[in-house]
Amino acid sequence: MKILIAVTEVAEVEDDFEIDGLAVAEQYLDYDLNEWDDYAIEAGVQLQEAGEDVEVVSVTIGPERSEETIRMGLAKGVDRAIRVWDDALEGEGQLGVETKADILAAVAEDEDPDLVLAGVQSNDDAFGATGVSLADEIGFEWAAVVNDLDLDPGGSVASVHRELEGGVEELTDVELPAVLTIQTGINEPRYASLRGIRQAQSKEIAPKDLADIGLDASVTESPITLTQLYEPETESDATVFEGSPDEEADQLAELLRDKGVVEG
Amino acid sequence: MTVLAIAEHRRGELRDVSFELATVGRELADATDGDLHLAVIGGEVAEFADRLDREGVDVVHTVDEGEEFNHDVYVQAVTALYDEVEPDTLLMPNSVNGLDYAPAVANRLSLPLVTDAIDIERDGVLSVTREKYGSKVETVVEVDADRAAVTVRPGEWPPAEGTNGAEIRAFDAEIDESAVRSTVTGFQEVGGGDVDISEADVLVSVGRGIEEEENIALVEALADTLDATLSSSRPIVDNGWLPKNRQVGQSGKVVTPDVYIAIGISGAVQHVAGMKGAETIVAINTDPNAPIYDLADYGIVDDLFDVVPALIEAFGGEPPEI
Repeated sequence: MKILIAVTEVAEVEDDFEIDGLAVAEQYLDYDLNEWDDYAIEAGVQLQEAGEDVEVVSVTIGPERSEETIRMGLAKGVDRAIRVWDDALEGEGQLGVETKADILAAVAEDEDPDLVLAGVQSNDDAFGATGVSLADEIGFEWAAVVNDLDLDPGGSVASVHRELEGGVEELTDVELPAVLTIQTGINEPRYASLRGIRQAQSKEIAPKDLADIGLDASVTESPITLTQLYEPETESDATVFEGSPDEEADQLAELLRDKGVVEG
Repeated sequence: MTVLAIAEHRRGELRDVSFELATVGRELADATDGDLHLAVIGGEVAEFADRLDREGVDVVHTVDEGEEFNHDVYVQAVTALYDEVEPDTLLMPNSVNGLDYAPAVANRLSLPLVTDAIDIERDGVLSVTREKYGSKVETVVEVDADRAAVTVRPGEWPPAEGTNGAEIRAFDAEIDESAVRSTVTGFQEVGGGDVDISEADVLVSVGRGIEEEENIALVEALADTLDATLSSSRPIVDNGWLPKNRQVGQSGKVVTPDVYIAIGISGAVQHVAGMKGAETIVAINTDPNAPIYDLADYGIVDDLFDVVPALIEAFGGEPPEI
């Protein structure tokens, strides 16, 4: 069985930041493994540990910088990684759903996995659409927002729970091959062991450009254009208690007494 | 120009977002003097159609296929209906189920897709406002295409009300059963346990700012001091530091206490969906720009590890060693 995991490097913005044109200024961005993808990696590695002859491959669309993030997956048990980048993707800012799905579809067609795992969404742009779009593109079945997965690595059906709103889960059987988008909390992502980190250094990260996967620059064409990026106006009319922590706590205590939360 | 919006229902009930879609759909249709079509797929479609006949709705399409949501059926039904209605804008909910079919519909119809819209305008071109970086910035994207699909964040528009006498049309989507490769086998309530946070008058709620599992004891001590109930945002439950029945938010419990004290919680939209009905909201967070302050009535912009022990002491309690 082969499992392909879409792994994204995301940008996180510091509490205080400045905007430079249509982006947050680079010095206020930290790059990290997408939180949802960490759970997807764990789900894949657990399936690998549960079955014989299970290969786990990650695929990332990202510049060379993202290799640090990719190695985190390799250190946790991913067998090998593919990184797709191309000059045509530089300067595109946030890639559109269609572009990402087309690139991932090209890799999936090369790799021919039985199962594709992706995070539900990315921390930064939170489109939440790539996994299902990819599934439709490659003709795989899918399930979105999976927070429980029961799959025999030799089996042909994945039994999943989909986390709906309001504390309700939907129980669904999904035929393989399939794409599952993985929700946080489905498992407990492992920390990379020192041994894993050492081993990751010798694992393959195969760099590919668009031509390598049978695409060209037209894949980046999108009718969607970012035209504004700004800090939302604060709508806060909160009364903010000020002073030392003790003074702030005293003011809040007085409020809670006034509200009758605590007597006396 | 025509707008087509897809209603959502679950376990026999139309979800609120269905009526919100009618509102945003009407706004968009008005911008071009066009028509608003709603569609409801599966379940008691005739009864749903009556309820969806709200002000501003021109046509309600009923697709009588299945009892509950199945994305394979929805994708086929929506694409077939799209071909019939030929709308300029296709609106779907940015719900868990919406995100389980909308991207596939957009892909199949080669429509540009923008998700999680918090504002939409059509002034010549379609402009969609959405958030990025966990609500720290808002972006506007323009869609340079004649037709587009947009998913709409629940809770951002008021629900359409009244009745209107919309035309109700039954639509036969001719579902290909061989293309239905997933089967919904049931539903399961989660949470349970011995505490129902939705019944609490006072909630002390802890979020990611608590940093480590052992630090939860600090907030627990505050809850004990106040005779309040302990709850949390999602990351605390994901980490296994508190059970699922303590989670406040879109996928957890919706709570309406008299007082909600949010400690180390930034106020992500999914969390806010669960607690915005609290009568008085108090936030303790180091980041003055955290979205929780847009909602809070009172705030302390300071380190919770200094403020919470001081608060416990202010009530004569003794903060735990952490």
